[in-house]
Amino acid sequence: MDIASLTAAGLGKKIRAKEISVVEAVRASLDRIDQVEKDVHSFVTIDREGALKRAEDVQKQIDDGRLTGALAGVPVAVKDNICTKGMPTTCSSRILENFHPAFTAEAVRNLERGGAVIIGKTNMDEFAMGSTTETSYFGVTRNPWNLEHVPGGSSGGSCAAVAAEECPCALGSDTGGSIRQPSAFCGVTGIKPTYGTVSRYGLIAYGSSLDQIGPIAKDVTDCAALLEVIASRDPKDSTSIDRSIYVHRQSKGPDSQESFKGGQPAGYDFTSALVNDVTGMRIGIPRDYFGEGLDGEIKEKILAAVRVLEERGAVAEEFDLSLVPYAIPAYYVIASAEASSNLSRFDGVKYGYRTQDYEGLHDMYKRTRSEGFGEEVKRRIMLGSFVLSAGYYDAYYMKALRTKALIKQAFDQAFARYDVIVAPAAPTTALKLGHSLSDPMKMYLGDIYTVSANLAGLPGISIPVGTDSKGLPIGMQIIGDCFAEKKIIRAAYTLEQTRAYERPALAKNASKVQEHGADDRQRKEAVQRREAVQRKEAVQREGGAV
Amino acid sequence: MANKISDETIEYVGILAKLELSQKEKENARADMEKMLDYIDILNELDTEGAEPLSHVFPVYNVFREDVASQEDGSEDTLANAPVKKDNSFKVPRTIG
Amino acid sequence: MAKQYETVIGLEVHVELAAKTKIFCSCSTEFGGAPNTHTCPVCTGMPGSLPVLNKKVVEYAIAIGLAVNCDIARVCKFDRKNYFYPDNPQNYQISQLYLPIARNGYVEIETGDTKKKVRIHEMHMEEDAGKLIHDEWDDTSLVDYNRSGVPLVEIVSEPDMRSADEVIAYLEKLCTIIQYLGASDCKLQEGSMRADVNLSVREAGTERFGTRTEMKNLNSFKAIARAIEGERERQIELLEAGKAVIQETRRWDDNKEASYNMRSKEDAQDYRYFPEPDLVPVVISDEWIEQIRARQPELRSEKLERYKKEFDIPQYDAKIITGSRHMADIFEKASAICGKPKKVSNWLMVETMRLLKDHGMEPEEISFSPENLAKLVNLTERRMINSSVAKEVFEKIFAENVDPENYVEEHGLKMESDTGALEEVLKKVIADNPKAVEDYHGGKEKALGALVGQTMKAMKGKADPGMVNQKLREML
Repeated sequence: MDIASLTAAGLGKKIRAKEISVVEAVRASLDRIDQVEKDVHSFVTIDREGALKRAEDVQKQIDDGRLTGALAGVPVAVKDNICTKGMPTTCSSRILENFHPAFTAEAVRNLERGGAVIIGKTNMDEFAMGSTTETSYFGVTRNPWNLEHVPGGSSGGSCAAVAAEECPCALGSDTGGSIRQPSAFCGVTGIKPTYGTVSRYGLIAYGSSLDQIGPIAKDVTDCAALLEVIASRDPKDSTSIDRSIYVHRQSKGPDSQESFKGGQPAGYDFTSALVNDVTGMRIGIPRDYFGEGLDGEIKEKILAAVRVLEERGAVAEEFDLSLVPYAIPAYYVIASAEASSNLSRFDGVKYGYRTQDYEGLHDMYKRTRSEGFGEEVKRRIMLGSFVLSAGYYDAYYMKALRTKALIKQAFDQAFARYDVIVAPAAPTTALKLGHSLSDPMKMYLGDIYTVSANLAGLPGISIPVGTDSKGLPIGMQIIGDCFAEKKIIRAAYTLEQTRAYERPALAKNASKVQEHGADDRQRKEAVQRREAVQRKEAVQREGGAV
Repeated sequence: MANKISDETIEYVGILAKLELSQKEKENARADMEKMLDYIDILNELDTEGAEPLSHVFPVYNVFREDVASQEDGSEDTLANAPVKKDNSFKVPRTIG
Repeated sequence: MAKQYETVIGLEVHVELAAKTKIFCSCSTEFGGAPNTHTCPVCTGMPGSLPVLNKKVVEYAIAIGLAVNCDIARVCKFDRKNYFYPDNPQNYQISQLYLPIARNGYVEIETGDTKKKVRIHEMHMEEDAGKLIHDEWDDTSLVDYNRSGVPLVEIVSEPDMRSADEVIAYLEKLCTIIQYLGASDCKLQEGSMRADVNLSVREAGTERFGTRTEMKNLNSFKAIARAIEGERERQIELLEAGKAVIQETRRWDDNKEASYNMRSKEDAQDYRYFPEPDLVPVVISDEWIEQIRARQPELRSEKLERYKKEFDIPQYDAKIITGSRHMADIFEKASAICGKPKKVSNWLMVETMRLLKDHGMEPEEISFSPENLAKLVNLTERRMINSSVAKEVFEKIFAENVDPENYVEEHGLKMESDTGALEEVLKKVIADNPKAVEDYHGGKEKALGALVGQTMKAMKGKADPGMVNQKLREML
């Protein structure tokens, strides 16, 4: 059996059924990492010893019934901008090389409470600024579908790790598309939740008003399960929202057949939306998202997917979502401004890198930051500092916040009519390595379909809908109204039931090699396990306490 | 309208952001910023009159903590990553005064 | 004739609030402790940490805002003020610029016989910075974040003051109000109250304001007075020499009695304020304001009015006593117990003030209980002890808060009430001092004093001098 190819839910089930031990599950991940990491380079830190030790502990808790959740014993990778106590957290930046956080992010604590095993920290664009994972200080991550291509970004490491089956699922973060775009590029599924759904406590901020942590996995079921575990109202994050009291608004289309209607709390039971039925669901197709600039093959595959949903009972309709061209400029003003402030704490005083030679305080600041930050980060800090500076604040920052308000209104109007909106996740499939960095503007424009959801706080999911002629995956984005995760999960799940999960050749090949090597060991371990169970039963028969 | 960023502005923003750019980096920064600002200027086409600047997406308010103190000594964790420390404090180049 | 100049002064006053915990985390605000012990990821700017607002801070701010006659904002928000300095762990301070919690207030001040209103432009909440200690040994600075995140309000006045006297009257007024509210102890020396002085000069009679400077690092009323005088002179000299005053921040060095410009090329003073995305707005309802208003203690001016009606004590005494809420509390409680406000007031005005001065203490530091003061008043009223014994006992009360009844009992200080015994002693004194008796009869009133003194000495002080006096006259 190839453990690495299982989904998180599938693996969890086998672990609970005692078919696979937690140590085996973790070892399968580590073995796969050993095989493919030199090519893919998804990870910044791999915690072999910690993960194996934790696996034994989790196994005990599963055995004595303390851990019963869907993710108990499942290995998870965490993007390296999410704090983990006991593991360095670097944001893929020189300035945080060897930074050891004193606390664990709330989302990761939720994972740990659910029994997941954190196996390592994944590579990313430095401070999540970028769409290719090429701005990492620790080197690029390659796309498992084609090593010449980027995995997308900024959560490129997490998405590549899942696609290469180095772990069944991972956490990413999404400020302007950083979960959805690399998910599309790597042929996996990722959700950016409604702003406030997952605590940001422990997420190293890029654009605080836009950042959200979200799940990345091989399918919708895993994403829903993972989201169910990580989402919580956290008193440590003032912007986190209690979804159990937040009432969702009713779309005013013809009465839909959905279980999830307006007037009900948004809730945390995301897996309840794993229903293969979209009868009556109203789908909006924004014309502006399918015009010029979109790769023809992507357009074709997405519209074909919409037709599949229509066949399953959904009602699709084109409409004009206004203000699309204004989203990127508004986004870059807001995100850069917030970033310039958020990243000012990296100064060589309290943690992280400090330059060797300096004369006086300000020289220390400047050298530390100039040597510690990469080019793209500096570019955005400069832009952000400029747009906030005296005389420009109103023209840029306030203007962007007003634009944001109008974009939110445009979505409000759209969701008064549609349950979900479909969109591409990116204008192209994964580009070749080195292609984007030469022209930052071009890279920024690639975020056109994703940034609006961040500006308006909306949930979005990216799911694979096939590959292009180069054999690279195509992702479709489904955007929901705020707190309407269940609608997008339902739509994505229904679509997913119509097609099989496609694995990159790299993963398939690795599987074959791994199966050969693992066969002997697995057989041996299976015997040992059987014997252990027999011993335990024998003791129980004799009335001894276990 | 093409934006022109002066050397002084790049210098000034460098002081604000505490970044020291080489001559080449300054040139690049200037070119990048001009290009970005030209692009951002399309926002001027948009009539935002009457739109309240939206900072928080959701109308959430009054999230508070109660005034109850935790008595833990945080100094060990606080100083654990310090590049340079002395006497339980962070050590920095001399400040004014 | 030389030109006449008018000084125009506005104040920015920072007050540390008496909350138990910091403004955005649950670290203690207590003074002391080794460096960085009262810290956590939030108040040291650790990556990934987030602020959560302390409700008590908002309530103190509302209370102060109401007490200084401000309009309380129905919606207020926090903003980030960006600047690099090591005492500021995030390199931004969370403050309020665009929607502060209170606006448009005033306080009334009195200098000499003139009363005047000083208007308050606005008041906002913010976090304090850490402390920098200069290490002379290797010429570096050491950063301690124990004070980082301590809650502050900043009260910004209009440029309504014209002299150091007015500034000090304004500060004293704010201080009393805030102390009465229990919102801060307002100690200038310890930094729980800090004032930055914005000062400009203009030719007398002109309307337009001159260019102002801001002065920081003023740690006492004396330093403030000196700094105002110094800066006034500096600016007038500049103007007289035909030079311009530059708008800048200056640091006052009280030892050198001079200020110098704080700004360097690296401090652009462009704070790039923008709305704090990590905190949500504070919405203040009428109900909330009314709740706080209802809990508001009686302020000094109200107390003064009431004292005028309720207690027969001089206006001057009432002012001194109500100058400290603590002293006023002692006064009211002791008066209620013994029913002799005038006597209580005397003890506070004379002996207490003297002892405070001798020990270099503030009225806030009085540690005796009103109960013991009331008992002392009763002991003297009932002529159980005489006044010199009472003073001696009071010193014990002041120092150790002793119970005067027990103390008098234990030390045998009660007055001798046996007139037989007194008469015996008097007889003896008269017999032993024929010269004095003769002088008295010869019309020298002074001689009587000597005889009283002899008697008191013989009685070991435990006689009532009035009674001795009276008896002596009778017997002579």
